[in-house]
Amino acid sequence: MTEATMNYDEAISKFDPVLGLEVHVELGTNTKMFCGCSTVFGAAPNTQVCPVCLGLPGALPTLNKIGVESAIRIGLALNCEIAEWCRFARKNYFYPDMPKNFQTSQYDEPIAFEGYLDVEIDTDEGRKTFRVPIERAHMEEDTGKNSHVGGATGRIHGADYSLVDYNRAGIPLIEIVTKPITGTGKYAPEVAKAYVAALRDILRGLGVSDVKMEQGSLRCDVNLSLRETPESKLGTRSETKNVNSLRSVERAVRYEVTRHAARLAAGEQIVQETRHWHEDTGISTSGRPKSDAEDYRYFPEPDLLPIAPSREWVEELRAALPENPAVRRARLVADWGLSEIDMNTVINSGALDLIVEAVDAGVDPAAARKWWTGELARIANDRAIELEELPVLPSHLKRLEELIAAGSLNDKLARQALEGVIAGEGDVDAIVAARGLAVVSDDGPLLAAIDEALAADPAVVETIKSGKLAAAGSVVGAVMKATRGQADAARVRELLFEKLGVSE
Amino acid sequence: MSDLIKKDASELAGMVASREVSAVEVAQAHLDRIAAVDGAVNAFLHVDTEGALASASAVDAKVKAGEQLSVLAGVPLGLKDILATNGLPTTCGSRVLDGWIPPYDATVVTKLREAGIVILGKTNMDEFAMGSSTEHSAFGPTHNPWDLERIPGGSGGGSSACVSAFEAPLAIGTDTGGSIRQPAAVTGSVGVKPTYGGVSRYGIVALASSLDQAGPCARNVLDTALLHSVIAGHDPMDSTSINSPVPDVIAAAKRADIKGMKVGVIKELGGEGYQAGVRTRFDESVALIESLGAEVVEVSCPSFPAALAAYYLILPSEASSNLAKFDGIRFGNRVGDDGSKSVEQVMSETRAAGFGPEVTRRIILGTYALSAGYYDAYYGQAQKVRTLIKQDFDASFAKVDVLISPTAPTTAFKIGEKLDDPLAMYLNDVATIPVNMAGLPGMSLPIGLAPEDNLPVGLQIIAPAMADDRLYNVGAAIERELLTKWGGPILGLAPELAGA
Amino acid sequence: MSGISQEDVAHLAHLARIDIPTDELGHYAKQLDAILNAVAEVSSLDTADVVAMSHPVPMTNVFREDTPGVSLTAEQALSGAPAVEDGRFRVPRILDEE
Ligand SMILES: [Zn+2]
Repeated sequence: MTEATMNYDEAISKFDPVLGLEVHVELGTNTKMFCGCSTVFGAAPNTQVCPVCLGLPGALPTLNKIGVESAIRIGLALNCEIAEWCRFARKNYFYPDMPKNFQTSQYDEPIAFEGYLDVEIDTDEGRKTFRVPIERAHMEEDTGKNSHVGGATGRIHGADYSLVDYNRAGIPLIEIVTKPITGTGKYAPEVAKAYVAALRDILRGLGVSDVKMEQGSLRCDVNLSLRETPESKLGTRSETKNVNSLRSVERAVRYEVTRHAARLAAGEQIVQETRHWHEDTGISTSGRPKSDAEDYRYFPEPDLLPIAPSREWVEELRAALPENPAVRRARLVADWGLSEIDMNTVINSGALDLIVEAVDAGVDPAAARKWWTGELARIANDRAIELEELPVLPSHLKRLEELIAAGSLNDKLARQALEGVIAGEGDVDAIVAARGLAVVSDDGPLLAAIDEALAADPAVVETIKSGKLAAAGSVVGAVMKATRGQADAARVRELLFEKLGVSE
Repeated sequence: MSDLIKKDASELAGMVASREVSAVEVAQAHLDRIAAVDGAVNAFLHVDTEGALASASAVDAKVKAGEQLSVLAGVPLGLKDILATNGLPTTCGSRVLDGWIPPYDATVVTKLREAGIVILGKTNMDEFAMGSSTEHSAFGPTHNPWDLERIPGGSGGGSSACVSAFEAPLAIGTDTGGSIRQPAAVTGSVGVKPTYGGVSRYGIVALASSLDQAGPCARNVLDTALLHSVIAGHDPMDSTSINSPVPDVIAAAKRADIKGMKVGVIKELGGEGYQAGVRTRFDESVALIESLGAEVVEVSCPSFPAALAAYYLILPSEASSNLAKFDGIRFGNRVGDDGSKSVEQVMSETRAAGFGPEVTRRIILGTYALSAGYYDAYYGQAQKVRTLIKQDFDASFAKVDVLISPTAPTTAFKIGEKLDDPLAMYLNDVATIPVNMAGLPGMSLPIGLAPEDNLPVGLQIIAPAMADDRLYNVGAAIERELLTKWGGPILGLAPELAGA
Repeated sequence: MSGISQEDVAHLAHLARIDIPTDELGHYAKQLDAILNAVAEVSSLDTADVVAMSHPVPMTNVFREDTPGVSLTAEQALSGAPAVEDGRFRVPRILDEE
């Protein structure tokens, strides 16, 4: 059923939105949170399970150290405090995709708490930073996967029965919960999107997750409420579950604002409920109501011992954190002398890290950017592979640039050498030697080729002499062709003008 | 009747090792005994004749090959049906698991198999170890070999009964609030609950995770120590397992010297509510301990009277969560799935049909105690009482080396007597529960028959955490004197079972 | 501290997914009431400054290395299941609620 909505601008003029975002990220550990089963995506159903993650009677959990370490690193990257002592808790509720019928999670003692993340968005007044307050980041485990059989669409409604695969059950999850985000005004959708994007970049930078929203390794729940003014008390919120793309995060916030506003304006109550997001239609529909019956009966997990990360360990992890992606971006823009637009091009091309590596190896930033966003991007695109998959090392680019600077290769020859690198023909010098790639530096053959070119087009001599220097291009082109690209075009031009007695 | 069944485990192991008798003969003698008497006792839920003979014959092959054997190789054992056994049914005394065959072994089971111990079968128990009489088994009660009209204790009544009925010289039990010690007391056998974390819980179907501990049952202190040494030790599969050396319980059982030790009598455990004959035998033991050169003092543990109440909040709370997995989805029986009902309905029908009334009662109680709004008053408060109990023990052990009390307030009662009165049933564990609450090791040792009913009485010995060896030293010292006094094991006084 | 009604028992039974017949609710309510009265004794002690004890062994930071161990085969995993289809556990239809 489609619900009434109000025009967004009108809604925002009448109400103040308050956002809350809950993000679940699946960690990229080798094994599950509480057992040694593999976490590799896409295995045959129920082949990555053991007595522990299948919840068989008698099995006991053991805690993955990298899971804990990743949680601490995420907490630190989000400017959180790290608990000196915390425990796991059991969240008790029955659901067929949850093998033990309780989720091993954390309740009132999260491993990380009280942090924030600054996000930048474009506003009418230019770029502006919003601080998103983080309430907590805690460890828990994922559930199995239900597929619904029968009925019309494979959806849960109308299905005859379901099939469960527990491969995903027990994969480490970190749940990151914001405090109510206020003060965004009409930018609530943009702030929500920017937050999830920034979070994704941070998680990727930490190397703790592949953060693929489309594969469900990053999942987002959007909470939204409206109040009449920023001074009013918080309104009743809705929780829209599984909003699983950046665009949808933005759309879901926008939609909920318009839906809440319509209800409130009509004098109706907002029902505290979970809602389902529909990517295709761009609306959410009502799920189950939140009721008092939802009593998770949390208590400390007796099968796992408390975690008391030493301050030394925490500081060690803090010291080894990578630079915050937003800070890093700002620094590189300054260091490389790029415009924001150039930087966007670099980031969107997915070449940033590769360029940084090349620059770190001594390649000029402009050259590194030119190679990775130009020729190499084209090759990767032609082959439908990722840039990272090209076997091009920083040392290759460095050598090419050295040879270009020394005048022994030109751009065209350098591209040929690079083809050789990608074809696995060896290092740059070997390829240059084997392919005979070298700028012709002896003037003799060049002068002969110039003579030949002028003979073929005698009229051009007068044209150039008359001052139309641009006409020289055709002669240089003919010479380059005759020397199969191995000439230094600048030298050819120089010799030509010398011969005709004109000066530039 | 073969006289092999009356022999101690240590003696049988020696005979097998020296090829005086084969492990297969030993196993067969016990299988014959089970066939003869278990119809009356009902100690076993499942007898694995084939598996037992196969592992016995593997031991014999090793003997022949001159291989080094463990201290108990070739000795038969009854295994409480709460330990997961790969390829063997594991029911926990519940309908909900009827027919389930685990695809893995509990760590304790792996250790038993590696030690060449011959597992005869799975022993009866109160459903999911909830009970003190084994009457709550879905597969009928176990009968006390001393008087078949009476209960063998619980929850591990099958394990204690199979030992005292000479169906097996050894058994494994689990003890959450007394389920090894109280059955040992009422059947005239020895049972030890090791330090929490001393024996791996991996593969033991959890009742109350913070209280459960598996331990050895046998007919004498040395055999108990031998079995203890086989099953104890650190296990990386159990996060709560203690990673330090196992106390040398065998040496302690052989030492049997308590001269100069200080022994504390717990003031709060005894007196009112304890049967006269139990008190008589307990007082005699105190005198005996003094005569062996130990000093006996009275100690007070003022929070113990609240222990029972705290226990009956913590246990049901943890159990309500631990037992949630029994829903008929991944294993076990499923009830009511006619294709029309929802999974929620089928789960609820499965659980209603699968759980007996005591299990249902405790799950509902635990659900209540953990509910929002009641947590602090019940579960939270119970955990604080637990701290106080631990503090009482700490204060006591600052003064004495071991503590003693009667194991159970009464001797074995009649089957059916307390079945409809849960509170009366819970009182059976009043003396054993504080030990679990603090995670300490405790032993029950037979100290005679109550004069009024000629039924066995047990002495509870309690030691500090990871000082399990003290139990064996003290137990063996008392046992040696009593054997002299009685002219042989107390089980020699039990009536012969019909059919034998 | 107690006073448990049939409705309470019905609600708890629903939370615990046990389908207790209506005519047995009263019986359970009576028994639970008696037990709750007895366990109310936990409040008899002064615990104002007492820390709750969740684990009997005072250890912390027990971790496992992130190295894959042995999993079950699908056949083993499914061996005890009441209903199986297509390498998965077959379950009755799931209502969209908990
Ligand atoms: Zn697993």
